[in-house]
Amino acid sequence: MDKRQIRDIIGTKLMLIATIFASILFFLILFTLLSKSLLILETNSITDILFSSFWNPSRGHFGLFPIIIGTVIVTGLSLIIAVPISLLCAVYIVEFAPKKIRQIIRPFIDLLAGVPSVVYGLCAFLFLVPLVRDVIAPWFGVESTGFCVFTASLILSVMVFPIIISMCVESFCAIPVELKEASLSVGATKWETVKKVTFRASAPTIISAILLGFGRAFGETIAVNMVIGGKAMIPSTLFDPGETLASRIASAYSEMMSIPKYESALLFMALILFVVVLIFNLLGVFILRRAKKRCSY
Amino acid sequence: MNWRNFEESLFKILMLISIIIVVSSLLIIVGLIVINGASSLSIDMITQSSSGGYYLGKGGGILNAILGSLFLALPATGLAYLLGIGIALYLQRDFTYPGISGFIRLSLDILWGIPSIVYGVFCIMIMIAVGFGTSLLAGILALTFLELPIITRYMDESIKTVPYELKEGSYSLGSTKFETAVKVVRRQAMPGILAGVLLGLGRGIGDAASILFTAGFTDSIPSSVFDSTAALPTMIYHLYASPIPSVRSKAYAAAFILLVIVLLISIISRVLLRKSGRYVIK
Repeated sequence: MDKRQIRDIIGTKLMLIATIFASILFFLILFTLLSKSLLILETNSITDILFSSFWNPSRGHFGLFPIIIGTVIVTGLSLIIAVPISLLCAVYIVEFAPKKIRQIIRPFIDLLAGVPSVVYGLCAFLFLVPLVRDVIAPWFGVESTGFCVFTASLILSVMVFPIIISMCVESFCAIPVELKEASLSVGATKWETVKKVTFRASAPTIISAILLGFGRAFGETIAVNMVIGGKAMIPSTLFDPGETLASRIASAYSEMMSIPKYESALLFMALILFVVVLIFNLLGVFILRRAKKRCSY
Repeated sequence: MNWRNFEESLFKILMLISIIIVVSSLLIIVGLIVINGASSLSIDMITQSSSGGYYLGKGGGILNAILGSLFLALPATGLAYLLGIGIALYLQRDFTYPGISGFIRLSLDILWGIPSIVYGVFCIMIMIAVGFGTSLLAGILALTFLELPIITRYMDESIKTVPYELKEGSYSLGSTKFETAVKVVRRQAMPGILAGVLLGLGRGIGDAASILFTAGFTDSIPSSVFDSTAALPTMIYHLYASPIPSVRSKAYAAAFILLVIVLLISIISRVLLRKSGRYVIK
């Protein structure tokens, strides 16, 4: 066997090892999180952890209910804000904007996607917190410190914009002009064409973009942690402080080493994050793949 | 005016409003960081390390965070590139079955979506299990895992577009599969590979959640891979809410530099894409 063949075999094997590593990394993470959270699952029942509000690490009570509610509210609200705005934005970029404006806006959106989350957090702290405290909350007749669920949702929605917009723009562009022309030629207005042709033809992409945006919002840690206020209670209004799973992990990290059960509880929270994001991303990926296969016009 | 025309103009206005919201949010972010950051930036700020502990520590600059970020992100990107190029090349039809490569692509897509805090928690568990704690090494590891799916998927998409005729030409001259993959396919896919690496670097250098536990936070420049280190994102995270203005200004300066680095990476990737595209056979 000559040198080149040996090099070929070794190189191929190295590539194989890297590939195997990538495919087991996922299971490795799942296994590590599972095995570490067994400790808390042995002593506390899973319903007790998920649906109790009693949080006292030193006594061994880890009720995650307020945190889970907080996560759901923050994620849901951010998507309610982000989805219509980003959809309309994508429609405008593809269908209505003059070419010049389109060329300016698209790099803007790429840049928005590249801004680090901690910078989003800092900007929310500098701009949104005073805005919510002094303008928006008094508007609704509520007193607020500005560090609240609403502020966190606002900044999360800004972080979700670029994901949904860029995916939708890509999919709107891929719709054949003939489809739109058919609709326009029978007298539909441009918006009606968008509503009945563009949205329908790219429905799978829109759904999976929303699911991926959900994954981003659900797992976002730092920006949320910086403005949500960090109190594990069920917020009675949107202007009360709250807590999300990811932000709790980040703020409790320094304490977590001291009490094994606390550590285990935090890892259980990481496991919830992991599994939920996994389910939503799988759904998103599958919808997108099926759509790509089916609608290959 | 009938309802249909009214609807049309209503939604046009709504679209304009939403585009203004999106564009102005970016402008506000850049504006806030530039105004706050530029005023707190000075020569001392970027040439001195911090002193006197975090949160309340006055004096010093952010040199340790800048270097820490580079020490974390550059090796992580290098490692992720080495792993990723192997994986991306291996996913070609020449090496493996479409079913297997489909499964690996799916698992990479899933890894891409996993929140970075989960990577952080996972890596610190691994590091504690092998006997190291918070360290530069743990941070590098976490960032490598974070960047790996991004870099690999980008390279993979670019490698997919390499025409099969090109590989056939290489095979017909007697080259092995490995030689073809490394010398022909890699060069042809270079623009996509570069874009992936730079995107991964940008993501890695800006991520705070994954290095929060793993790299820790100190005032000094790390002297070995087992020291903990500060980084720009973690410095912003720890200092932004400090009651002392001079400490807060460190966070602003760090945010400014971080934003400049991220923007630079984005611009460089555009320029490189254009340049490296010249050597691609079309």
